[in-house]
Amino acid sequence: MSIFEYNGSALVAMVGKNCFAIASDRRLGVQLQTIATDFQKIYRIHNKLFIGLAGLATDAQTLYQRLVFRNKLYHLREERDMKPETFASLVSAVLYEKRFGPYFCQPVIAGLGDDDKPFICTMDSIGAKELAKDFVVAGTASESLYGACESMFKPDMEAEELFETISQALISAVDRDCLSGWGGHVYLVTPTEVTERILKGRMD
Amino acid sequence: MSRFEESAPARGGFSFDLCKRNEMLMQKGLKPSSYLKTGTTIVGLVFQDGVILGADTRATEGPIVADKNCEKIHYMAPNIYCCGAGTAADTEAVTDMVSSQLKLHRFHTGRESRVVTALTLLKSHLFSYQGHVSAALVLGGVDVTGPHLHTIYPHGSTDTLPFATMGSGSLAAMAIFESKYREGLTRDEGVKLVAEAICSGIFNDLGSGSNVDVCVITKGNREYLRNYMLPNPRTYVSEKGYSFSKKTEVLLTKITPLRELVEVIEGGDAMEE
Repeated sequence: MSIFEYNGSALVAMVGKNCFAIASDRRLGVQLQTIATDFQKIYRIHNKLFIGLAGLATDAQTLYQRLVFRNKLYHLREERDMKPETFASLVSAVLYEKRFGPYFCQPVIAGLGDDDKPFICTMDSIGAKELAKDFVVAGTASESLYGACESMFKPDMEAEELFETISQALISAVDRDCLSGWGGHVYLVTPTEVTERILKGRMD
Repeated sequence: MSRFEESAPARGGFSFDLCKRNEMLMQKGLKPSSYLKTGTTIVGLVFQDGVILGADTRATEGPIVADKNCEKIHYMAPNIYCCGAGTAADTEAVTDMVSSQLKLHRFHTGRESRVVTALTLLKSHLFSYQGHVSAALVLGGVDVTGPHLHTIYPHGSTDTLPFATMGSGSLAAMAIFESKYREGLTRDEGVKLVAEAICSGIFNDLGSGSNVDVCVITKGNREYLRNYMLPNPRTYVSEKGYSFSKKTEVLLTKITPLRELVEVIEGGDAMEE
């Protein structure tokens, strides 16, 4: 079994019109046994920047703590919030530093940059950035997520339609993956508000 | 005190503190993950006025296409560009690092960077990591001494050639170059040949795909033609789009309005005594 399949996860982020959505599943398992059904995988860095971490849960939590530390130092020095592009470069550098003994995590970063332009990116576990204009996926369900998002995504969707699309893509993909599921957690961010929703999914 | 220093921004270079733990996990039977690779076809050729570099745009993670339109032609200096094949994180990191070193060198010397400088910096870094930094590069540029094209292998060896190909699609692209290359090509002939070689890689090699990127470097000028050719458009796009008959069931909704940041006005009214 691969290290990435030890805990199981599914993450997806999509870009809409002046908004973005980032969604994850809620299961935490130890190989095939489920030990938690409300595990948080998406973390808030600041109001307009979210990071989801797929892969080994212990590395995800440690990496999140290190990134929050670096972000707070940046905020103290620069007296402003970090731009998503800058944060993505920071995460890439933190991961590449451990090139020969990596964190077993795949981050998905989503944020609103200058002029509230949505920004999403994902990386592999050693920090190779992959910027996309439409959607990014990560986790054990990534292959199903690629398929679901390719067919369901449309460019320039409004907030409500984006929410529906990302939820349907997440739920259909995790239904085909044993290691992720037990509902979904979706954050929909527009320039004026952050909407956090919990989805009902199959409980198996 | 020492624990604080561990989390502070590092002094640069690699950090090996998770290696022991990862070894232990491997022994317990957990296999390591695959990294994002750029399966790739990258090419370069020298024409009468300079150098032309070409690359495909597919990034793979095992058998899956992770990025359909990634950038493999990296900027090194205004007159030097580098195509990268191999592990994506390694090619990006090594080209970024040498690009910053070249910029510092330009400030020190006050002169335009030379291709051999970039070459030496790259090959010494790759050799010192004995091939573990898996980056295979095609470096090309035009400096005061003329146009140059080099290939750099992950272990640190280099070749200087009039035309070169690297990556999993290198054989397909080299077949085109070997039959059609000649010295003294014009710009249009050169770009056409490079595009043909990359297309050969895209269609015949499974690790390469999507679009063709081309970069033309001449004395004092460079043209980065991102997505010069798009030979693989989406064949069928439904006009209706996807419609969901059953809406997702939402258990809980929490809306957080984003507060406007308070504006601090310089030189406001002084407080009343």
